[in-house]
Amino acid sequence: MAGATALHAKADHAARFESRSATREPTWVKWTLIGVSLTFFALFLLMPLIAVFVEALRKGWDTYLAALVEPDALSAIRLTLIAAAIAVPLNLVFGVSAAWAITKFNFRGKHFLITLIDLPFSVSPVVAGLIYVLLFGAQGWFGPWLAEHDLKVIFAVPGIVLATVFVTFPFIARELIPLMQAQGKEEEEAAVVLGANGWQTFWYVTLPNIKWGLLYGVILTNARAMGEFGAVSVVSGHIRGLTNTMPLHVEILYNEYQFAASFAVASLLALLALVTLCIKTWIEHQAGRDS
Amino acid sequence: MSRRTLRVLPGFNLTLGYTLFYLSVIVLIPLSAVFIKTSSLGLAQFWEVVTAPRVLASYRLSFGASLLAASINAVFGLMLAWALVRYSFPGKKLVDALIDLPFALPTAVAGIALTALYAKNGWLGSILEPAGIKVAFGPLGVLVALVFIGLPFVVRTVQPILEDLDTELEEAATSLGARRWQTFRHVTLPILAPALLTGFALAFARAVGEYGSVIFIAGNIPMVSEITPLMIITKLEQYDYAGATAIAVVMLVFSFVLLLGINGLQAWTERATGRNR
Repeated sequence: MAGATALHAKADHAARFESRSATREPTWVKWTLIGVSLTFFALFLLMPLIAVFVEALRKGWDTYLAALVEPDALSAIRLTLIAAAIAVPLNLVFGVSAAWAITKFNFRGKHFLITLIDLPFSVSPVVAGLIYVLLFGAQGWFGPWLAEHDLKVIFAVPGIVLATVFVTFPFIARELIPLMQAQGKEEEEAAVVLGANGWQTFWYVTLPNIKWGLLYGVILTNARAMGEFGAVSVVSGHIRGLTNTMPLHVEILYNEYQFAASFAVASLLALLALVTLCIKTWIEHQAGRDS
Repeated sequence: MSRRTLRVLPGFNLTLGYTLFYLSVIVLIPLSAVFIKTSSLGLAQFWEVVTAPRVLASYRLSFGASLLAASINAVFGLMLAWALVRYSFPGKKLVDALIDLPFALPTAVAGIALTALYAKNGWLGSILEPAGIKVAFGPLGVLVALVFIGLPFVVRTVQPILEDLDTELEEAATSLGARRWQTFRHVTLPILAPALLTGFALAFARAVGEYGSVIFIAGNIPMVSEITPLMIITKLEQYDYAGATAIAVVMLVFSFVLLLGINGLQAWTERATGRNR
């Protein structure tokens, strides 16, 4: 299901199609198509993006900056960074390990395993939060045991991290599997035959081949981890200054009609999205140059 | 184990073992909790929860709006992909990069931004509401949010197939006397169909489960603009865990079926186009 987010080396194909009369439309058709699709693009993608920044600065820079350095906002930023800093490495190790097992070896049930890895993509974020409440909540399977040992998962940081790990689970694995499948395993086998151990083989042979796909998966995972709302909302309990991530802080401010402050925090997340898209475009460019 | 093939590369047991372990801990065991918890409910009670009028209304909205949003995305996404692959126009690189915005922008941010745009005093709402079209705080708002989050799925599944298309096929059709529209309808579109359908299904699957971008703009009026994920949240807030779980089971079963369908569609795309993604 991650097919839509797979790394795709960019190249411009327009010249090839525009130079041949058989693959060219009349000028009016061409510009109507461009016009309609760009209008749709501007209406649905561009305007919401611009609106975030306009609304954030509506009451001036002072209000904007004040909303960002306020203690609750800072603690929300910190928690978001913590959740991403745990979720991304965990899913990175899993992604590499799953891709290695799936692409370098043959075993039964491989396709089924890939489908299972895809599962979190198709599960609603709300359901993702709910499953951890059922496990670790006060009435959950491990609830009494956790209470006995004075441990808190739900309405606390561990729950937020777990929910974040779940929703970003497949990204890196799904980025690497098609890439490593296409590259085959001859290079690694050659390295092993020449005496390299497994770690050396991975580090010097596999990693250089997959670096762009890996980086791509990491930035996608990071963006999703920092922006997750639904799943985190279910497990967080919305305790200000303690269990609020940035998206949850945006929601609370918004519901309190503090629109300028809400959009100010939202604009940080929008900036993060733009930086992610810039890095993504750069990676596609690099990958296109390498291939 | 006489048929066991010799493995040259190391790490099979370690990596597969870790993969299965991590998959079980993070995904499989927690998901199974949903099914086990529901079984405590009993069939009659389960049925009563998942067919309550308010819940039924939420299915109608969630599935109806998701289907419609995915269809809108299929049409405009195809157009966008076509324009991006086949034409040169100013700002094309920027448009191409921003298509992925809904993947990267947190859903809550999208939600409040769309609400600000379509509210009565917003840039678009101030034009639409006097004309009698109420988008924010109603079912139409749900649709707008779902179109936003689904767009990249269609563009990004169709785009690579369009790029790989050889010009020869269309040249052959033209030389045989087909007009441009006929060539598109009978030559190009059938090649794109599997990818287009995959993009549609992905957008649909994402839309059904979507929560963050929708709840701000929907207004959440019972029987009118409540989506199914919100029903789970509502039950949870009333500490009705069994009820929340029952609705979650309905959604999960639906996602499993859709996931299997999508995997089938992707296999079809690969076979039809010879691409391996």
